[in-house]
Amino acid sequence: MSQVNPLHYNGGAIVATVGHECVAIGADRRFGQAQLTLACDANRLVRVHDRLVLGLTGLATDCMTLAERVRMRTNLYRLSEKREPRPATVSALVSSLLYERRFAPYFVEPVLVGLSADNQPYCCSMDLLGTPMVSEEFVAAGTCAESLYGTCETFWRPGLDPEALFEVTAQCLLAALDRDCLSGWGAVVYVLHGQGLTVRELKARMD
Amino acid sequence: MSAPLGFLDRSFPSRCSGQGISSSDHVDGGVEAVLGLPAASIRIPRGTRLAPLLQACLREEQNSALVKFLHGTTTLAFVFREGIIVAVDSRASMGQYIGSGTVKKIIEINPYLLGTMAGGAADCSFWERYLGMRCRLHELQHRERISVAAASKLLSNIVYEYKGMGLSMGTMIAGWDKTGPQLFYVDSDGIRLRGTRFSVGSGSTFAYGILDHFYRWDMNATEAAELGRRAIFHATHRDAYSGGYINVYHVKADGWVNLSHDDSGISKYAEYMGFGSKLPPSIAPQEESSTQSEAMVVES
Repeated sequence: MSQVNPLHYNGGAIVATVGHECVAIGADRRFGQAQLTLACDANRLVRVHDRLVLGLTGLATDCMTLAERVRMRTNLYRLSEKREPRPATVSALVSSLLYERRFAPYFVEPVLVGLSADNQPYCCSMDLLGTPMVSEEFVAAGTCAESLYGTCETFWRPGLDPEALFEVTAQCLLAALDRDCLSGWGAVVYVLHGQGLTVRELKARMD
Repeated sequence: MSAPLGFLDRSFPSRCSGQGISSSDHVDGGVEAVLGLPAASIRIPRGTRLAPLLQACLREEQNSALVKFLHGTTTLAFVFREGIIVAVDSRASMGQYIGSGTVKKIIEINPYLLGTMAGGAADCSFWERYLGMRCRLHELQHRERISVAAASKLLSNIVYEYKGMGLSMGTMIAGWDKTGPQLFYVDSDGIRLRGTRFSVGSGSTFAYGILDHFYRWDMNATEAAELGRRAIFHATHRDAYSGGYINVYHVKADGWVNLSHDDSGISKYAEYMGFGSKLPPSIAPQEESSTQSEAMVVES
């Protein structure tokens, strides 16, 4: 059961889906070391501000480092610009932070979701070198990304309202987690909409 | 050309009859001759460098969907006053992908013998089924049931014939014969051990922790079954490659009985670690026992 791929060493999965003037992002809660489950309270979702959430999965140490660097750079942005950064701005920031380390990369798969000032959703995933992949449907990352794409292709529809989007995201996530050894053990879903940010903790299989 | 035991046949081009038949028994002509059947054999290609080729083809890192391995597993069995408890998980993993959560890892060899599966699913189920046939033939020839020691030795001798060729199995053979309850561990390296407490698979270390701490010889059957369930549950919780349902069997003097089939991921988690979990007083946490439970609350 040797796990040599650093992207799979700690486990974890993230999915993001786009709705009508809303966007959702869900992640599991496992923190492991290869086959050993160490904790069930991992937090992969970073709230950059109330209308922008960054999900990071992959090697946990690199996720934490990158999250802190993004936090520093967005704080500096706020100080100099006196406003919150737009989703596309943070996307470019994360992308360039990753490509900076082209030959010694952070082993992370970022997923970024946000709402613009006029509630237009933004949803984007990246590989570990920072190639942005913007989607108007859904994106997935982590140890069960293939299963997540399968469940999303099946359940997701365009134009969902925040409640329906939550339901679809949660069911897609839970179904995929049940087919993956290295993620699961609880899950959380954030929904960004015009009225703010809704956070829901999900029960999941604990094996 | 013929091997002393089992199916081994080293002459690839030969057919199932004539030269190269193996599968011998101590009866002339082998078991198939007794039954009037054509000899069964597993054909092996000629050549000397077979083991590296097989290992390269069947290696688990290749994550091949063609070979359904269950390397991740937790199985356990222990002897106590009223017999033997056998408990297993039911996850079949192919690499990190969960192929199934409802695999039967306890193989009913006959009404008095049970075998467990860890390692290669096909290897365990095939050879334990074959063992069932050999045990039945023993009964017909000797007019009495085979002892657990003899049955486990048949299996261990068969897999030893294939040593180095990629067989993968770690199994426990549990049964009740005229000497009483008997438990053996047999694996594809050729090891065969008699014992009173075994756990096999990637989650075995976790299961041993619970089993060794709470084991008492004079438990009753209900307590013993609950210990087996708990040990498997904690292994499925901590080991990524174990999970699904928990199956428990009890081997008694008049044969085995299937005691339970419970979902470990949701119902057993709620019972053992969720709200109102009944931890034994000796290990129940003093104050902050609800940290885990609070994480399960659905909040909006």
